[in-house]
Amino acid sequence: MNARIPATTVPVGQYQNPRPIHDFRGGIHPPQNKDQSTGRPIRRAPLPEQLVLPLNMHLGAPAKALVSAGDRVLKGQKIAEGNGAVSLPIHAPTSGTVMAVGERPIQHPSGLHAPCIVIAPDGEETWTELHPLTHWRECAPSMLVARIREAGIAGMGGAGFPAAVKLNLRDGQQIEELVINAVECEPYITADDMLMRERAEQIIAGIEKLQFLLQPKATLVGIEDNKPEAIKAMCAAAEGKSMDILVVPTKYPSGGEKQLIELLTGKEVPSGGIPAQVGVVCHNIGTAVAIHRAIEFGEPLISRITTLTGDAFTEPGNVEVLLGTPVQSLLDYAGATAERIGRLIMGGPMMGFAIHTPSVPIVKTTNCIIAASAAELPAPPPEQPCIRCGSCAEVCPANLLPQQLYWYSKTEDLERAQQYNLMDCIECGACAYVCPSNIPLVQYYRHAKGEVRQQVAEQQKADKARERFEARKARLEKEAAEKEARRKARLEASKQKKSAAPGVDLAALKKASLDASSAYKAAVKALKAAETEGADPDTVAQLRTDADNLKAKADGAKAAVRDAKAGGASVADTGADKVAELKKAVGEASSAYKAAVKDAKAAEEAGAENASELRSHADTLKAKADELKAQLRDAKASAPATAATAPASKPEKSAEQASSEAADRAKKMKALKTAFNMANKQWKEASASLERAERDGADDIDTLKKTVDKLRFKADKAKEALNVLVEEAKKNIEAASGSDLKTLKLEAGRAEAAVRAKEKELEDAKRSGDQENIDVIYRERDALRREATMAASSLQSAIDEQGLKED
Amino acid sequence: MTTIVIAILALLALAAGFGALLGFASEKFKVEGDPIVDQIDALLPQTQCGQCGHPGCRPYAEAIAAGEEHNRCPPGGEQTVVDLSELLGREVLPLDAEEDADVGIKKVAYIREDECIGCTKCIQACPVDAILGAAKQMHTVIADECTGCDLCVEPCPVDCIDMLEVKPTLGTWIWDKPPGIGKKPDNLIPVVNVDPVEA
Repeated sequence: MNARIPATTVPVGQYQNPRPIHDFRGGIHPPQNKDQSTGRPIRRAPLPEQLVLPLNMHLGAPAKALVSAGDRVLKGQKIAEGNGAVSLPIHAPTSGTVMAVGERPIQHPSGLHAPCIVIAPDGEETWTELHPLTHWRECAPSMLVARIREAGIAGMGGAGFPAAVKLNLRDGQQIEELVINAVECEPYITADDMLMRERAEQIIAGIEKLQFLLQPKATLVGIEDNKPEAIKAMCAAAEGKSMDILVVPTKYPSGGEKQLIELLTGKEVPSGGIPAQVGVVCHNIGTAVAIHRAIEFGEPLISRITTLTGDAFTEPGNVEVLLGTPVQSLLDYAGATAERIGRLIMGGPMMGFAIHTPSVPIVKTTNCIIAASAAELPAPPPEQPCIRCGSCAEVCPANLLPQQLYWYSKTEDLERAQQYNLMDCIECGACAYVCPSNIPLVQYYRHAKGEVRQQVAEQQKADKARERFEARKARLEKEAAEKEARRKARLEASKQKKSAAPGVDLAALKKASLDASSAYKAAVKALKAAETEGADPDTVAQLRTDADNLKAKADGAKAAVRDAKAGGASVADTGADKVAELKKAVGEASSAYKAAVKDAKAAEEAGAENASELRSHADTLKAKADELKAQLRDAKASAPATAATAPASKPEKSAEQASSEAADRAKKMKALKTAFNMANKQWKEASASLERAERDGADDIDTLKKTVDKLRFKADKAKEALNVLVEEAKKNIEAASGSDLKTLKLEAGRAEAAVRAKEKELEDAKRSGDQENIDVIYRERDALRREATMAASSLQSAIDEQGLKED
Repeated sequence: MTTIVIAILALLALAAGFGALLGFASEKFKVEGDPIVDQIDALLPQTQCGQCGHPGCRPYAEAIAAGEEHNRCPPGGEQTVVDLSELLGREVLPLDAEEDADVGIKKVAYIREDECIGCTKCIQACPVDAILGAAKQMHTVIADECTGCDLCVEPCPVDCIDMLEVKPTLGTWIWDKPPGIGKKPDNLIPVVNVDPVEA
């Protein structure tokens, strides 16, 4: 185990830190492997055939594309805009044509595809118009921050957090220390090292801009002591500037944001917190250069420096590469062939991830590509049981208990894992590096962290579902209550109406009618008895008058019942009500008139004195009845012509019009019937062929299915239309003959049955030889037969007239 | 004798005093509703699918509190049974679900929109109002609100609703769990063996 041996640390010599530095707990000393890629200066990577720009190259919400396939774009033109506070725009890295906006494999350990903008460069590198801010010291800080945001600058250290978000200070917030991260502690990576060696002035210029924006009390630049040339260059460039270059001992992971802050300032960022809470803001030197270029030259972030290293490269080194360049293009450029590559890793060996395909593009956070041979990074050994050595706890820079986290992550006891601050794990990999049992600890933690996030999302979703479910339940209950209230109100209203209009109380009317008719019958009986007994004519006349009066009353009551029945369904319908009332009045008046006439006659017969008086009374009554009849006719004409509410009030059609309508309908019906029959036939045929196709497993089942559905729909529609017409015709018959088809049919049937019964009777009579009876029955049967024929013919004519043929 | 009487009186006085205090407290700090039902409800997945035989998660929570078995929630899976057992101090029962039921696979309803006839039957069936539409208008599922409960599939007269498996996106993807002791993780990160150059 050579983990503790500082590998390629070069003594810095007499460099004295201008202020004391601190230390953080844990950490490891893996072999550096940085010399491979520092031998060559930074080169420009060649322009690839196409650039693939994922919409989410930064931390936060993916950007929204502003271009579509076929658009021509210029170098530095904005092609996607930020979507929300924590999001960034994307710019075209070179001039060319947008080939597609679609799903491509991106820089993600899952190997999933995500939306990307694909640009085919035209090789002309035509810049869009740039707006440099050379007098930036006179600009408002908020304007500079907006410029940094619009330039699409993400943290270049690896996480890709939008730089502008960290520069937005709350009112009155004081930054004590600005920490510049130039540590680059992860093995293999030398991008920052080379950047400091070659472009220290630009870094310092960028730091000055950060100082202007944040107004920190101190600026601390942390560099690991394994980069002596970089330290020399930085010290030269920072000469006379108000910043401290602090050289820190080589230890992994001193480049972690929280670790570096602790190392340089001694302050610990609280669990779950951000550095600003302790008055510190931390930026990477790559970010500082990008900010410098965005302000001084107006250039957006379109390229970065990436280390190409690993045994598989014949020419390892650092390249300045356009964002969106596929890894394959860099492999070709630096001489890594597919057969030499054992593992292809994006990022460093500790925190990077294996990429599934070399078509993945370089993005804002890609600091390193390791193309390792199989010998350099062999396949991982199998996992062994934990021996509880505690090495992992010794090296954890976040002061966690990796062993406990391992148990809880392995058993998916997420609650306990969270109690042990799983979410504070920075996934640096130090624990897995020292583990003698080769347990892939970080992978366990990453899995458990994912599960926790998933659980939180699910809990949120469940809460939302519960809320919606309860809202729906409340709504349904409210609806039901409203319905119930409406029903009650309706019931109440109808009750009130009934009590207000007792004339239409059917039961009471019926009872009155029955009473009246029984009284009349009793009177008739008394009259008959008096006549047979030979009582004096005056008494008889009196009795007869009484009986007639009673009969009139009974008739009136009956008429009222009939009217009430006819109008009963539409108590609310005032028109029908009026008609019914009038009818009743007419009935009463006419029966009163009849009674009066009878009285007059009786009086005349009896030779009474008041006969003429009675006659004139009868005449008055007749006039009244006629008047009422006229009123009734008017009311009927004006009443709504709905058959159901007032059967008698239908507006009368002229016979000709009705018959022509019927003929039209008959024609239409015939056409529809044919259409329906055809559609039905087609549908049946199609279904049969579909069945055959399904049996034979033909390809075009779906098309057939669709055809079948269409045909069935057509047939159904035809049938529906036909039914409507049939209904209409039936109603017409009802209107024309006063009875509907069903009644007609019933009558015809009954007549026929009567004929048959008579015939049977006749047979019986013949057998018994009762000649007289036979003659009577013969006559009766003939009469019945005539009736039956008539009924049958009227039914037939009704059917023919309306074109209704029963099949 | 007097000491005994005094003792009895003192105890009686204490009993009366504490009794009154308890009576007052039980009135003053009365807990509305049944807190255990809320706790059970919080553990249920809120799909409102009715597979337990109750019209929603809360009614089932009430039934569990009243003594019904707590293993009738297929969407919650084994984990919910375990959590409920822990909460209630009951035995962990095997999940009461059909053998081939694909427990634990998240699904979301999808309406094949050109086949929808706009009958609103699925809208009426949805327990969380996640289907949008009107009579004779095409309906669609608000995927974010859908709990994947299946209840809309059966009432559809034209069978145009599919239950689709929810595919992982960049936002929902998580790392696989390592295969365990004795096995090589196939995508091991970090790359721990960085020292062959030294060796």
